[in-house]
Amino acid sequence: MRSAGPSARLLRAEALTAYLLSLPAFLLMWAMLLGPAVSVVLLSFTDWNFGEASLRWAGLDNYTELWGDRVFWISLKNTIVYVGISVPATVLLGLLAALLIESVSHGKAFYRAAFFLPVASTLLAMALVWEFMFHPTVGFINQLFRALGLPTADWLQNPDTALFALIAIGVWQNLGLAMILFMAGLKAIPKDLYEALAMDGTDGAWERFRRVTWPMLGPSLVFVVAITAIRSFQVFDTVAVLTEGGPSKATEVLLYTMVQQGFTFLRSSYGAAITVIFLILTLCLTMLQTIALDKRAHYG
Amino acid sequence: MAKRLSILVRHALLFLGAGIMLAPFVLMISISFKPPGEVFAPQFTLLPQQWYAVENYTAAFTRVPLARFILNGFLVTFCIFVMQAITALPMAYALAKLRFAGRETCFTLVVLALLIPPQVPAIPLYIAMWQLDLLNTYAGIILPSTISVFGIFMMRQFFRTVPNDLIAAARMDGLGEFAIVWRIMLPTAMPALTAFACLSFIWNWNEFFWPFLVVQDEALMTPPLGIAFFSNAEAGTSFGPLMAAATAVTAPLVLAFLLAQRAFVEGVTMTGIK
Repeated sequence: MRSAGPSARLLRAEALTAYLLSLPAFLLMWAMLLGPAVSVVLLSFTDWNFGEASLRWAGLDNYTELWGDRVFWISLKNTIVYVGISVPATVLLGLLAALLIESVSHGKAFYRAAFFLPVASTLLAMALVWEFMFHPTVGFINQLFRALGLPTADWLQNPDTALFALIAIGVWQNLGLAMILFMAGLKAIPKDLYEALAMDGTDGAWERFRRVTWPMLGPSLVFVVAITAIRSFQVFDTVAVLTEGGPSKATEVLLYTMVQQGFTFLRSSYGAAITVIFLILTLCLTMLQTIALDKRAHYG
Repeated sequence: MAKRLSILVRHALLFLGAGIMLAPFVLMISISFKPPGEVFAPQFTLLPQQWYAVENYTAAFTRVPLARFILNGFLVTFCIFVMQAITALPMAYALAKLRFAGRETCFTLVVLALLIPPQVPAIPLYIAMWQLDLLNTYAGIILPSTISVFGIFMMRQFFRTVPNDLIAAARMDGLGEFAIVWRIMLPTAMPALTAFACLSFIWNWNEFFWPFLVVQDEALMTPPLGIAFFSNAEAGTSFGPLMAAATAVTAPLVLAFLLAQRAFVEGVTMTGIK
């Protein structure tokens, strides 16, 4: 005769095994991610500088100082400009690439690999190639612009253009990721929707896009925007190696300011306060994403 | 006729786009073959008039310990992946297939940790590494990345698709839960694990932020850090050797990507999160 369910003893054994199996990952997760994330919040309410023997609770002092810190506001503004331009550009170009690649029958694999290659390559190494491309005299970009009769510049050394040069690199790097995610979204659209549209007699490319593809792509779009925005917020490598926040703070971004304060000037608690602002902004993006998806994001 | 024209236009656009995306790679390789005089020539040519590849690559590997950087890259990414796999797989299995109190809480914590950008724990981790005297060591570079909540999430999603009958049969045969993880689940999970391995390798090979903070010693530098160091030392003058170094650092990645393209794309598509 079969028992109605597993016995209590078996269930206890199963739970015990589960705890043992989860323990290493659980401890590491707290030690390397959750614990430090909590600590950084606590640290931001102290006056501690790196290496000091004593630590004093300072309340909101760091945040008040941030409020009056000119560099912080420049940094926040630059970060928002960076995200505000690179996200729409990346998403639109990524969508265009995905739609075009899906619409041709030959060379799909080649195009996909070409657009995706920058995502998989070492950004640091490629940033140096871009530095050469932006070179004022022999750079590829100025040569091209000159040939086309467009104005040239010393892109990375000019305060008016430096941030946009970094945005161009960022879009180049992330476009392929947006494209791949859109292609996955496009594959999920049922083919019979297009057939139904064709039966109705409307079969133009624009009609197909407007009436089927675009509405059906909604969830993918929200997802791609959120991923791209979160990645753009983390811009650091190109700033650190190409411009060091300059010229005259034109490319100062949040993470770079955080590293300057927390590691170069050893002001750990002040750097922690900038980290907290950075974390809050990232979490806001995630919340917006969840709201936009109508709280249907479950991982069942 | 109009249809053929439209297809032609699409290919033209795609070809132009692919050209722009690949241009930096082509330029990088082209410059790595050129002598200094040609690098700064006003007219760009794809191939050098005078081949200088041997000189540039020799310079890249001798002026800085580039081979050491690349070896460090393999060592660090390998250790990180092994640690990530042996911690993530058992927890992912427990979260997907075992019943225990606190399972939902634990999964919520994983998702929460997934939302924290990797730069957020940097200051406390740096202080901890300093206290433990691990700054400027391999352990200092590796430890913060030994846990991958992304890996846990990804493998959990995969394990949920494994039929319960398979596990029940293994239990019937008298296998313990630990044996089930390593002898039944691991082989089944190979495709997902390969995808995760590719992602882990590429992310950690390219990681700049954390090594930049903890490493000063040239002998411990990972490829991105090493190349930034080289660029600083040369101060934007010898582009030939620099591009040779950039090519050498990027090559393992591009090869890995081209070999495992499907696995990689599938892995990214599953969550798309770093």
